[in-house]
Amino acid sequence: MLKRISALVLAGLTAMAVAACGSSGSESGSDGGGSGGGDDSITMGFSQVGAESGWRTANTKSVQESAAKAGITLKFSDAQQKQENQIKAIRSFVQQRVDVIAFSPVVESGWDTVLKEAQNAKIPVILTDRAVDSKDTTLYKTFLGSDFIEEGKKAGQWLVEEYKDATGTVNIVELQGTTGSAPANDRKEGFAEVIGADPKFKVIASQTGDFTRAKGKEVMEAFLKSNPDIDVLYAHNDDMGLGAIEAIEGAGKVPGQDIKIITVDAVKDGMQALADGKINFIVECSPLLGPQLMDLAKKVVKGEQVPARVVTEETTFTQEQAEQVLSTRQY
Amino acid sequence: MRRLLWPAAVLVLLLALNVFFTPSFLAIQVRDGHLYGSLIDILRFGAPLILVALGMTLVIATGGIDLSVGSVVAISGALACLRISEDAGVLAAVAPALGLCLLLGAWNGFLVAGVGIQPIIATLILMVAGRGLAQLITGGQIITVNDEAYKMIGGGYWLTVPFGVLIVLAVLAITAFLTRRLALGMLIESVGGNAEASRLAGIRSRGIIVMVYAFAALCAGVAGLMISSNVSSADGNNAGLWIELDAILAVVIGGTSLAGGRFSLAGTVLGALIIQTLTTTVYSIGVPPETTLLFKALVVTAVCLIQSPSFRAKVFRRRGGTAPPAAVAEEKARVREEVPPDGVRS
Repeated sequence: MLKRISALVLAGLTAMAVAACGSSGSESGSDGGGSGGGDDSITMGFSQVGAESGWRTANTKSVQESAAKAGITLKFSDAQQKQENQIKAIRSFVQQRVDVIAFSPVVESGWDTVLKEAQNAKIPVILTDRAVDSKDTTLYKTFLGSDFIEEGKKAGQWLVEEYKDATGTVNIVELQGTTGSAPANDRKEGFAEVIGADPKFKVIASQTGDFTRAKGKEVMEAFLKSNPDIDVLYAHNDDMGLGAIEAIEGAGKVPGQDIKIITVDAVKDGMQALADGKINFIVECSPLLGPQLMDLAKKVVKGEQVPARVVTEETTFTQEQAEQVLSTRQY
Repeated sequence: MRRLLWPAAVLVLLLALNVFFTPSFLAIQVRDGHLYGSLIDILRFGAPLILVALGMTLVIATGGIDLSVGSVVAISGALACLRISEDAGVLAAVAPALGLCLLLGAWNGFLVAGVGIQPIIATLILMVAGRGLAQLITGGQIITVNDEAYKMIGGGYWLTVPFGVLIVLAVLAITAFLTRRLALGMLIESVGGNAEASRLAGIRSRGIIVMVYAFAALCAGVAGLMISSNVSSADGNNAGLWIELDAILAVVIGGTSLAGGRFSLAGTVLGALIIQTLTTTVYSIGVPPETTLLFKALVVTAVCLIQSPSFRAKVFRRRGGTAPPAAVAEEKARVREEVPPDGVRS
């Protein structure tokens, strides 16, 4: 009951947002009950992982705002990082006969049954941000999200470019994400692939910092003591990089100069450090995939063919670029 | 003192292993006006764990256990950082945070002593709910603060010494004084031995139990301030995650019996230092992240076995009596003494 009320409230909010935007407010913003038949308006059911980080909150906001802009009625559900909540949400979307279902899976496995139900009800499914490991790829239309290997490669390419004239060995330390997680595995792999072409790049230490600031700082402190000559730090996310910066400053070195720092994500605190010259390069992992998601949703509902894998539009930032975009960053 | 011999030997062994891989491991220098070196790192990053473990020691000495300290760590850091981000002064941020921790600890104590819920269940409630509370305070986000005075608590230095280490020394001195110079320690051990008998003998068992839980939560609160201050941010999801398990381990390595009735503060400090040194060792000798947990487990298993008198007796006897038989017999007698009388505790 509570869920239904909150769904209604959300639908109402979306409708208001549409009206406020003043774009195509008249057609959408219906009663939030049974749409999908008759008119052109599309209803999307979206199940989010939770609100565990600034990145995720920005992701939610992007989806909600783009839905409003595109005139798509959004039924939003927060799974609070539990798979059973997400399965319930998807079942309720199927019962409400929405036009399209989109969701970011909390975990990789265990989705076959519920996705089969959606398929039997002829409701197309789009995965966002995270993938599922189901063997049956017909269960979903497409997967929209970042390519973590590509992010690692971009980090490596900047490093190769930055040190193209250097002759001596470049000593690199790496702060990995949570051991076994897809972003950690792939960012490591992509990076290693690019720098592996030149033997002067040497990863002298690589440990997990669990994607957190506290661990990033602790591990970096130990690295600084056991390896006196560190040229470059590659951190799998901004937070670990920010922790490491404090460790480097504590050791009497200048982050960004004595030790060059590359990170991934581009959250606000990271961008600030980049603009301040403490980080040298950030590869963006953008949560703002709302507009792309709405385009895909429209195509899928019309029955058009879409590619099975769509990569989020992402960029990279140098220190100069960070200063320019810092004031307009949404997260 | 003999009880501390084995933990101390393990600590020395771990340090020696580090020196083998990094010859400059023991070097301490002054850099940027403060002490700098791996040993200082171990003390600095070990400080929160030592604090949490000190509180845990007293709780375990009463025959209880506190699983909620990790959540209390997160709550304390979250509330303090929230207050500072609202432009409150350090004192106005730290005081309500520690006050809330005391309250939560007293709540744990009330559930255990007043309502009579098993400690592991009573504190499990706050362990789960507390993390939710911390996330509620932070709004599920990481709160970043920028306050030099707050940074002092966990990341600053006073007269070249890390401030967090000084806090630990102060808390340790006060606790040691209260429990070893005054009768409080004996009362706690008595309650741990048999709460009902202690009550009949005229000890306020309930008051003592509420007090040790409040003390454990306060220690966790201070540790939470240190952890969040060290990185100038509060992370409701990850701050103090699983620290309760490390703390229990530290207490056990230090020779305090989980059955209650006996505790060793010095042993706990040694235990916490062993755990932190182990973590630092993993980083500096470059154990791959995939095998880190296994490596730690092996070391901990070895430590526990080495500390077991019956295990030592067996191994040494088989090797032809490295330990004189008299010593073994004495150890066994001591172990028998430590076994609590069955059935009296309910």
